[in-house]
Amino acid sequence: MSQTSIALTDEGVPAPSSRRSVGRGRLLMAAGLVLPVALAVFWEWAAASGLFQMRLMPPPSRVWDTMAALAARGELTHHVLATLYRVFAGFAIGALAGTLIGAFAGSSEAVRRLIDPSLQALRAVPSIAWVPLFILWLGIFETSKIALIAVGVFFPVYLGVGGSIANIDRKLIEVGQVFRLSRLALARRVMLPAVLPDWIISLRSGLGLGFMFVVAAEFMGASEGLGYLLIDGQQMGKPDQIIGAIVAFALLGKACDTLLLIVTRPLLAWQDTARGTL
Amino acid sequence: MLRIETISKTYSDGTHALEDVSLRVGPGEILAIVGGSGCGKTTLLRLIAGLDSATQGRILVDDETISAPHPAVGIVFQEPRLLPWLRVEDNIGFGIADLPATERRDRIAHALDRVGLAGYAKRWPRELSGGQQQRVAIARAFVARPAVLLLDEPFSALDAFTRASLHEHLLRLWEETKPTIVMVTHDVDEAVTLADRVVVMRPRPGRVFETTWVQLERPRDKLALGFEKAKRRVLGALDRSLRPETKPPEGVATEAAASY
Repeated sequence: MSQTSIALTDEGVPAPSSRRSVGRGRLLMAAGLVLPVALAVFWEWAAASGLFQMRLMPPPSRVWDTMAALAARGELTHHVLATLYRVFAGFAIGALAGTLIGAFAGSSEAVRRLIDPSLQALRAVPSIAWVPLFILWLGIFETSKIALIAVGVFFPVYLGVGGSIANIDRKLIEVGQVFRLSRLALARRVMLPAVLPDWIISLRSGLGLGFMFVVAAEFMGASEGLGYLLIDGQQMGKPDQIIGAIVAFALLGKACDTLLLIVTRPLLAWQDTARGTL
Repeated sequence: MLRIETISKTYSDGTHALEDVSLRVGPGEILAIVGGSGCGKTTLLRLIAGLDSATQGRILVDDETISAPHPAVGIVFQEPRLLPWLRVEDNIGFGIADLPATERRDRIAHALDRVGLAGYAKRWPRELSGGQQQRVAIARAFVARPAVLLLDEPFSALDAFTRASLHEHLLRLWEETKPTIVMVTHDVDEAVTLADRVVVMRPRPGRVFETTWVQLERPRDKLALGFEKAKRRVLGALDRSLRPETKPPEGVATEAAASY
């Protein structure tokens, strides 16, 4: 054949280098700190120079002192753990239910038509609207709080999983069929990995909503937790405690999200996306 | 041995894709199907693969009727359809998960070598070019050792050079186990390069129009007179098949004519 001498012209695209220079990585991470640090410095200066009223807008140093004192008494850890426990318990329940029901709705048109309209209607109900009902049903202690958080986590996970399953590439399913995979093997070897990226994104937004709902939950009469610190700060006139609790929420939320990202990163090594920078 | 017996296919929306198609493909034969769009060539492959069922007629592989995907039938699609979450080696081994690990590993390594991707076992599909991905898809079909291998325009998205090199990889793999190959293509040059027999189909509804035997030694010299003659014959048939219908020559017509 006259083509035998033709070399392979389809040389591969070089693999994207996974090791960016470490120094550059650190620098990029530090970039995220510029804004909060600048804000804190400005605030401190504004408070010291009398531009802000110290009593209502305590400077970062005051907030720090208050939180340090709380931490020294062991109270801060106590409140943080209480909040984390609620978020994780609610997240676990909501994510599990959202995944299962989403999987049913995504894989069966009949189930989807049956339950999706009702769930979409329930999704439109503001979270706070559930509070009185849950208190009546489940009491004012942990159960009602965890239920409220679970409701918040459920919807994004349900939507993400259901939509993702319904959108799996039919062509990849056919590959599984050609090799005569059983329904179970098809689910495990094709559908599950195909859904994984969307599932993780839905878990992340579920976790974010979990942190929103925990505040609503802790507003409905808690004696511990970061949400309690907010209410307590308002009632006792302690803005430094309120700001400290808000900062703690920000840090906790970010930390949990990062943790989820790190834990799931090996599962998505195959993806060709800019995910690493999110 | 693949037998297609009086197959007709009408889709539920009323599209009449195939009418009374009969073909016999011998063991180790390479059959190419060419035809204009809408001649039902892809439908025919999907029926043989067991991904669709015929409205009438039946398809037999070694005397077994095909009603669902069959272990003796493999297919390479128009797109590579690799699973993006599996490394190249696991994509190739996707259909032979039941084999013992060593056997599986050996077959994968061998197939990788044959398609010229020996160093690429651990790569992700996204790191490969289109041609490399399609080679992985071909290797994935071959490692399962099908008796009948279906190719649905697998080279159509590639440039001419890549296509020529893929033809070689395909023939090299084919020579080892000599499966029956049925390939659909719109490239007459490709059909004459690879096939023992080229079937031209006529569209709407799809029917067998004319058959040309290509009895040339492999590897084939594209500049040889016989190659040129076979090509012209197929092109002529293709041209006639697309003209408004007069009286088509009966079923399998001109096979006696082409021995060189």
